[in-house]
Amino acid sequence: MLGRLVAWFSDPSRWSGSAGIPARVLEHLGYTALAVVIAAVIALPIGAVIGHTRRGGLAVVGVANGLRALPELGVLVLFVLLLGLGLLPPTLALVLLAIPPLLAGAYSGVAGADPGAVDAARGIGMRESQILLQVEVPAAVPLVLAGLRFATLQVIATATIAAYVGLGGLGRFIIDGFSVRDFPQMLGGALVVAVLSIVVELVLQLLGRFVTPGPERLGMRRHPEGPAAESLQSASTPSSAERHDR
Amino acid sequence: MRAFGYDLDTLVIAHVLLALVPVVLGLLIALPLGWWAHRSPGARRVLVPLSGALYTVPSLALIVFIPVVLGTPILSPVNVGLTLTIYTVALLVRSVAEALDAVPASVTLAALAVGYRPAGLLLGVQLPLAVPVLTAGLRVASVSSFSLVTVGALVGIDSLGTLMTDGFQQDYTAMVVTGIVGSIVLAFIFDALWLALGRALTPWSRARAGV
Repeated sequence: MLGRLVAWFSDPSRWSGSAGIPARVLEHLGYTALAVVIAAVIALPIGAVIGHTRRGGLAVVGVANGLRALPELGVLVLFVLLLGLGLLPPTLALVLLAIPPLLAGAYSGVAGADPGAVDAARGIGMRESQILLQVEVPAAVPLVLAGLRFATLQVIATATIAAYVGLGGLGRFIIDGFSVRDFPQMLGGALVVAVLSIVVELVLQLLGRFVTPGPERLGMRRHPEGPAAESLQSASTPSSAERHDR
Repeated sequence: MRAFGYDLDTLVIAHVLLALVPVVLGLLIALPLGWWAHRSPGARRVLVPLSGALYTVPSLALIVFIPVVLGTPILSPVNVGLTLTIYTVALLVRSVAEALDAVPASVTLAALAVGYRPAGLLLGVQLPLAVPVLTAGLRVASVSSFSLVTVGALVGIDSLGTLMTDGFQQDYTAMVVTGIVGSIVLAFIFDALWLALGRALTPWSRARAGV
């Protein structure tokens, strides 16, 4: 099997043309980016506003958890049966599946901002919109990024399945390979999509380190025994303890 | 019960078995691994990134890898079961380690002081206190297992996903919807079950909430 897999990869036609590996990788990344960006535009503002006002938080968590039970395959098939073939129906299904982690990340990130910092911002006269954008959103960055990473991986995995309903991308190798029982092709496709997922995850993790503001970027969180982290903790603990007592 | 030319009971039973067994098996594997990661920083440095990487691999790809690695037939349900077991372990190893980390040192020290031995400490004090965090992880693993099991239908493994693929081929929306609704209902039933089990195992948390 290994020899046939190597033969599959070393076939020159695998590396050019619209059905080659590079073209399929680009397609796969394209579908993923499209769906995640649309989902982010919808979910992040809603999650942030709900996290700020704290109204409807339970509903957000409920909806996010409920959507998680949706079977990806069923949603894809249903959208295509109802809306027809083409790029749009599977993309809409991917958007729907990417929304819950993004919504949950934005909501919990904003709602979890240090209440002491939010009170202080209100105390020095910041408007609510300023508090949201300048205090809560920066504090929410790590959780938003975690949501973004999870959503992206979910979409990459589901886009693979979407080959069944006629989408291109790397799932084509697996679905087409299965229909003619061409196992090297299935395995080759599976290998490429697995590597792609891991690479994308690593890139997003790295990106996260660059855009995370404040102490976490400097790695203080990883060394709780460090003096800087200690002073940060002692600075933030009383305010949150106070908050609990009220 | 028959519908759309299928015996629904058979599909439901296959669906439940193929989603549930991996969750239980995954939990049993993740408990010792998570405990190991909790005890040894070296083990954690290997186990946590490894589980992260495994969790990253798309389900359809993992279902295809397993027959090659293990030599199981491509049409064997074991491929789907093992894929879901791997996801459960990957998700829960970190949950278990973090749940055990979260047990306050004062509690552990007090237990040691009143004479708990290491095994008794783990089973009688640390694990029970870890149940809420563990239940949360288990619920996520269970819900995703009940939805991902349908992907097996793409490589001929029966579950309610079969109604989705065959409904697609026959352009029969009602059949697809039946598959989706059935799969969601099963996911919610077992989610409620884990929640109830978690509560039953931690009677003190209810007592505290009632005060």
